[in-house]
Amino acid sequence: MSNPLSPPKRKDPLTPSRLGHVPPRLRSRAAKAMAVRAGQGRFVLQVCEGCSEATYPPRDRCPHCWGELRWADQPQTAVLLAETVVRATTDNFFREHLPWRIGTVQLDAGPTAVAHLHGDVAIGDQVRMRLVLDRGGNPALFALPLKETPHMQDDPQLRVFTSAPKHRRILVTDGRTRLGQDVAQALLAAGAGTVFLGNSDPLLRHDGEEWIASTPNIDMVPLDLTDSRSVSELAGTLGGRVDIIVNTAGYVRPGGVSSGSRLATLQTAMDINAFGLLRLAQSFGPALGARSDDGVNSAAAFVDINSIYAMTGNAGFAGFAASAAARLSLVAGLRGEMASVGIRVASVLCGPIDDAWHQAVPPPKVATSRVAQAVVQVLQDGLEQVCVGDVAEDLAARWQQDPFLTIREENL
Amino acid sequence: MSNSGSLCAEMAAALVSGKLKCVDLTNTLSPDFPVIVLPAEFGQCAPFRVETVSRYDDNGPAWYWNNISMNEHTGTHFDAPAHWVTGRDLPSNTVDAVPVSDFVAPAVVVDISAEAAADADFVLTRAFLEDWETRNGKIPPRHWVALRTDWYKRVGTPDYLNLKKDGAHSPGPDAGAMEFLVHERDCIGLAVETVGTDAGQGSHFNPPMPAHSILHGNGRYGLQCLTNLDKLPTFGAMIVAAPLKIQGGSASPLRVFALYDAE
Ligand SMILES: [Zn+2]
Repeated sequence: MSNPLSPPKRKDPLTPSRLGHVPPRLRSRAAKAMAVRAGQGRFVLQVCEGCSEATYPPRDRCPHCWGELRWADQPQTAVLLAETVVRATTDNFFREHLPWRIGTVQLDAGPTAVAHLHGDVAIGDQVRMRLVLDRGGNPALFALPLKETPHMQDDPQLRVFTSAPKHRRILVTDGRTRLGQDVAQALLAAGAGTVFLGNSDPLLRHDGEEWIASTPNIDMVPLDLTDSRSVSELAGTLGGRVDIIVNTAGYVRPGGVSSGSRLATLQTAMDINAFGLLRLAQSFGPALGARSDDGVNSAAAFVDINSIYAMTGNAGFAGFAASAAARLSLVAGLRGEMASVGIRVASVLCGPIDDAWHQAVPPPKVATSRVAQAVVQVLQDGLEQVCVGDVAEDLAARWQQDPFLTIREENL
Repeated sequence: MSNSGSLCAEMAAALVSGKLKCVDLTNTLSPDFPVIVLPAEFGQCAPFRVETVSRYDDNGPAWYWNNISMNEHTGTHFDAPAHWVTGRDLPSNTVDAVPVSDFVAPAVVVDISAEAAADADFVLTRAFLEDWETRNGKIPPRHWVALRTDWYKRVGTPDYLNLKKDGAHSPGPDAGAMEFLVHERDCIGLAVETVGTDAGQGSHFNPPMPAHSILHGNGRYGLQCLTNLDKLPTFGAMIVAAPLKIQGGSASPLRVFALYDAE
């Protein structure tokens, strides 16, 4: 079993915070392709089109026959053959986390590979492999116990690769909505220390106030993503005490491009969906980046809940989809910047959410509680992108096969 | 040549000596200041927003300036007749066309603060105004009728908009009061501390929104979100309210202040 994680002690004001070093970024296209899939929670290896051998680490050509390689999902099982405890390293990040256990695993998929080890695996064990992202966004293999062990998520080596909510202080940006409240509830259930719930209009009533008031470890905080001063004032108050941001804010209204929509409505959508994200990133990003290796409750992640229609546009919700596209593009930029300071940036992409603004949209619609579960999964597994619900999963699958066809399908 | 005998010179002297007092009737334009909330299916009133362009920084080393955005009806504001459908065909019905002489006008203050404190839905009626006149004197023509409710003291609390599940609750006039003020007392407009000239429940009145409908349908104006009406005398104050000259504008945020004789 892993030692259960203790809540962090208050910091000694005379001790400088540990800088969040990140490993050097791998430059090869193959490594980046593996990282993308790792960020989606897939377990993939390259398989040769010529000799059908799976290979690891990622390469441009098959090491056996020089054949073309393609990515394919693989069985996650393996056997731990050998282990080494690293006691000295020149790597700035791992130097702070020594001793560090790594091992050689025999993958059921074929190759042997070097992997980071969970504390509950021993030589000869069958293990369950996960493709993880290190703090710089590079792919790596991690060997977990085959079956869940007590406090398995609390393993200090595993925690380096995830953004697990336990004991962390999390800002959920829109607490006036069911979505924000469901996300808060799911995060607290996953062990979050405190959830700060944003309220864009503290003077106006909203649903769920009684639940929020009666739930321990939730603090309602003033936060209006359309108001730069509001965002920067909250960052001034909470900046050094927020470890994870989950941006649940969103503004959805129906409307077309040439007809059936209003520019003022689209401006509001852009202001909340795109500029709101920008304001959050500008106000909170630097403080997150400064604390990415700051102990048990180090700053860890920025999660953005967005629409899957960011990828295609959407007839009937054209302006909203455009704002979602802008938002997704900003998240991509933010991901690059935050990877260099050790903060994971993730998108949770949804189809129509079951709310008042999708009354005219036929089912299936995704429940807010399901989105909340996806947020927790993204954090616990250290992911970069997940699609939630039937609509989003279906669209993403079609998009991967043929992006331009999918765009056409969603618009005419 | 001296114009010491002119009215302007007298007024200037009174301002300098303090015989004329000046009071601000304007709420601070800030991102937090509440705006009217319409049912969600309608377009909404944009709140005040400010984005700094530079503040003695790399974007402008020696100067500080902001871009601002808002609706025409954000914060303390002046409503022109074109704001309401009843005033849409009147001449000079937008803020850029309103005669500048209307921007300076006397005020009569009708104090309904006690009634409003007792009942947030207090409705100002013709009967109330007639009774008020027997106690205070006749409302003179071409005056702002300033409704003192002390509502401005609620700014910064949920009780300002006072938005309940069945809508907003704040005092305002009924149609009878508005017909009386416009047609029989020739008011220049209605000046209020609440977020609109109509009562919070005004959309349920018959006809709906009587203040907007009757004021603007007859070329009169509205002043909303005022402060400090409790500082003014019942008669004798002069309100200065000059909206921005927005081309074709339905309204404008503005600085409103009043002049009155020191005791
Ligand atoms: Zn091969």
